Amino acid sequence: MSLLSHWLRSQGFAVAFSEWNSSPLVRETTRRGKKKEMFTPTTFSLIHATDFADRMERYIVPLMKAGAIVCADRYAYTAFARDVARGVSRRWVRNLYRFATRPNLSFYFRVPLDVAVGRILGGRDAIKYYEAGMDLGLSRDVEESFRIFQGRILDEYEAMAHEVGFHIIDATLSIEKQQQRMREIVISELGESLKNGVLRIAPGEAHAAETATSVL
Amino acid sequence: MQQKQPLQFYSEPLPGVDPEELHGKLIVIEGPDAVGRTTQVARLRQWLEQEGHAVLDTGMARGALAGKGIKQAKDGNTLGPITMTLYYTTDFADRLENEIVPALRAGFVVLTDRYIFSIIARAIARGEDRHWIDQVTGFGLVPHAVYYLRADVKDLVSRVVLGRGAFDYWESGMDMRFGNNMFDSFVRYQIRLIRALDGMAKKYDFVTIDAGRAPDLIFQDLQRHISNLEIVRLRETPRVNEASGAKAPNGAKRPRKR
Repeated sequence: MSLLSHWLRSQGFAVAFSEWNSSPLVRETTRRGKKKEMFTPTTFSLIHATDFADRMERYIVPLMKAGAIVCADRYAYTAFARDVARGVSRRWVRNLYRFATRPNLSFYFRVPLDVAVGRILGGRDAIKYYEAGMDLGLSRDVEESFRIFQGRILDEYEAMAHEVGFHIIDATLSIEKQQQRMREIVISELGESLKNGVLRIAPGEAHAAETATSVL
Repeated sequence: MQQKQPLQFYSEPLPGVDPEELHGKLIVIEGPDAVGRTTQVARLRQWLEQEGHAVLDTGMARGALAGKGIKQAKDGNTLGPITMTLYYTTDFADRLENEIVPALRAGFVVLTDRYIFSIIARAIARGEDRHWIDQVTGFGLVPHAVYYLRADVKDLVSRVVLGRGAFDYWESGMDMRFGNNMFDSFVRYQIRLIRALDGMAKKYDFVTIDAGRAPDLIFQDLQRHISNLEIVRLRETPRVNEASGAKAPNGAKRPRKR
């Protein structure tokens, strides 16, 4: 997403970037809650939705209204996958994010479970408590818990791919190839809008942020 | 709406919570700002404890997880309406799971100063989708009773002026600027809140209490209603001499007055 944002900017577009879990109003609460292991599946879901709401209200929606391209690293779909993997109701979490604007484009970086697990385990020193789903009592072994939990999350993503209309990117390819594919999709799907240099709403349509269908 | 039994979930089970394990009583005191809820909850708590009950009292933004974050967010000037609604809902979920449910498992009487209804009313007053917030808060437990302290805006205004002596930014709905000044905004916002709560009374089975009267009269009403829940019996057993600590007729020692 970072490369895509840079590329779009280099083409002369106004681009904004929003990252999951980054609201200044909420991130300290989230950080403390994770550190002290205070979350339940429901409060974990709600605090992330609160963070998302703040970014939507104060950042994403106003910038979209102003005609910028907003690139979001993770979106409501992360919650749909993770929160449901924790045991929260599918219907409830989709309603929770009903205020979210439906994106013009959604990319899903698909990677097989073994590769995903391998990347994380080979990367940092320790997997974090909630990342491994340790709150769910899946296994006493952190790596085993992580594997089971991430497996559930992947299943949720796969199950929603059609529902959401993901553009699936094979994340086992090189970064360059992935980026190439993303740019091709952006050009083919957003086409004319981009040629005019700014995202424009066609005459007769109400403004994107006001009439965009809810996420699902 | 189909009437649900107390201590069932409104529409969405909380993962890991079995309502069959919950034995206590859940009592909600609702109403707009400055109506006197906090005073009544404190008096009710004292009375119920004197009657020998273990009582938990809990209220909005007092949770360990999100209470501080909400306060800090409100100290600033960027908290949007949907964010505020969800922050309060997070706080409510935290208190429900970590305070209210354990207390109910242990057989406590839980007195809550506000519940999902204030969250829903504030969201409606801010123009948010009521079906959305209804479903979001559907993991709430159905209380044994909801006492809605209802007062007119003019009563609320006098209590603010004569009591606190100043209008509060958030209680005046100034984030939505319902008026150019805090008084006008307060009046319009509180009217919206009252209308929203009035609109929920039937659906959620509120017992509406006229809170435009003196606090003692309101308290007596609440005592009378709560006694009908069969938690306490008013004056059915003779009062023992509490100073002597003599045993009550059924052999149980009465708690000493504080």
